[in-house]
Amino acid sequence: MSQEPVQRNLILILARQFAAQLATAVFLVDAEGTVIYYNEAAELLLGHRFIEGRGMTSGEWSAAFAPRHASGEHMPLEQLPIGVAIVEREPAHGAVTIRGADGVDRRIEATSFPLFAHTEDLVGAIAFFWEQQA
Amino acid sequence: MRVRIWGCRGSIAAPGASTKRYGGNTSCVEIRPASGEVVILDAGTGIRELGARLVEEGVRRIHLLLTHLHVDHLEGLGMFAPIYEDGTELHIWGPASPVASLEDRIATYFSPPLFPLTLAEVHARVDYHDASESEWAIDEARFSSHAILHPGPTVGYRVEEGGSVLAYLTDHEPALGADLRADAPEWISGFGIAQGADVLIHDCQYTRAEYESRVGWGHSSTEQVAAFATKADVGRLLLFHHDPMHVDEQLEVMRDEVRELWGVDPSRCELAAEGTELEL
Repeated sequence: MSQEPVQRNLILILARQFAAQLATAVFLVDAEGTVIYYNEAAELLLGHRFIEGRGMTSGEWSAAFAPRHASGEHMPLEQLPIGVAIVEREPAHGAVTIRGADGVDRRIEATSFPLFAHTEDLVGAIAFFWEQQA
Repeated sequence: MRVRIWGCRGSIAAPGASTKRYGGNTSCVEIRPASGEVVILDAGTGIRELGARLVEEGVRRIHLLLTHLHVDHLEGLGMFAPIYEDGTELHIWGPASPVASLEDRIATYFSPPLFPLTLAEVHARVDYHDASESEWAIDEARFSSHAILHPGPTVGYRVEEGGSVLAYLTDHEPALGADLRADAPEWISGFGIAQGADVLIHDCQYTRAEYESRVGWGHSSTEQVAAFATKADVGRLLLFHHDPMHVDEQLEVMRDEVRELWGVDPSRCELAAEGTELEL
């Protein structure tokens, strides 16, 4: 768990407010990849309430949700769409199988964007995701 | 530091008998740190009279801190007498946008057809400083800026000197999509600027009823400013950016409502007025 700052960057405040109103699942991390928010729709897919997941580092949440390719092979952080957004600072889209904290495997698609307050000022990343229909 | 209000009206200048007690000039606040340097917050119409005073004093170096570039915060710059004086050194701080520099953004207003001159034609030497998210010092006074919630790039300023803190959040809607009473401070726009300030100068443009039809316009209601002051645990609150449609008596009703909602000694909550002076 990381220590929280006095106040988040305005971009993150706005992103959280936006996510809190959305019916689409949203996962928000800071520039280090630490979980700072996910909404109720995301809680359903992750099988995990935000109050339990806040402050998880990228290593912790990428291990907890056991992300995998369709083949079953482990998907490392830097290949996850939100990992690409943080590490490469580029948008990314992809499909990944995760295991929720409720023990249920779900195949999801995610689109992620890096969040820049200014051109070179990465403040975090946001992922929108949804469950693939069989 | 000494602080003086030269303009506290929001949106557009509103001179006249009905606004006489609190004034009709748009945003402008003078700060004199212990060093005697001249620091000005915003260049609304209130800066015209201040500029004349500074010329009389023979001030040669001025730091102008702009919160944003909406016209009511910039329109006085063309009538700011020191810029037409040889030897004036004007440092302008303010937010750049993601695609344009501060200088280019100011030039949009300060050029034909909106103004007859450009800043390149004035006599002062003008230096521009990006204050989007910054910390700097002028002698012993420390300044910081943070982006805050208002349409377009906008910052608030925090000034600290000798253990005293002044916070300036003139155009600010911290409650957009948020519940100020329930949210953790880290998720409240402007909290880092205002936290524990001895004096907070804050937007209080709308009544609660008016705010209902102005959500997203970038300003606060009486209820929100009271909640924000409570959360930030400030010492004194100076209500600012008065709506141009509000006459003096209406402002006093709003002040009384903030006092009641905040629930502190009434002396801690006042309406900003032209000529108000503070010593921190």
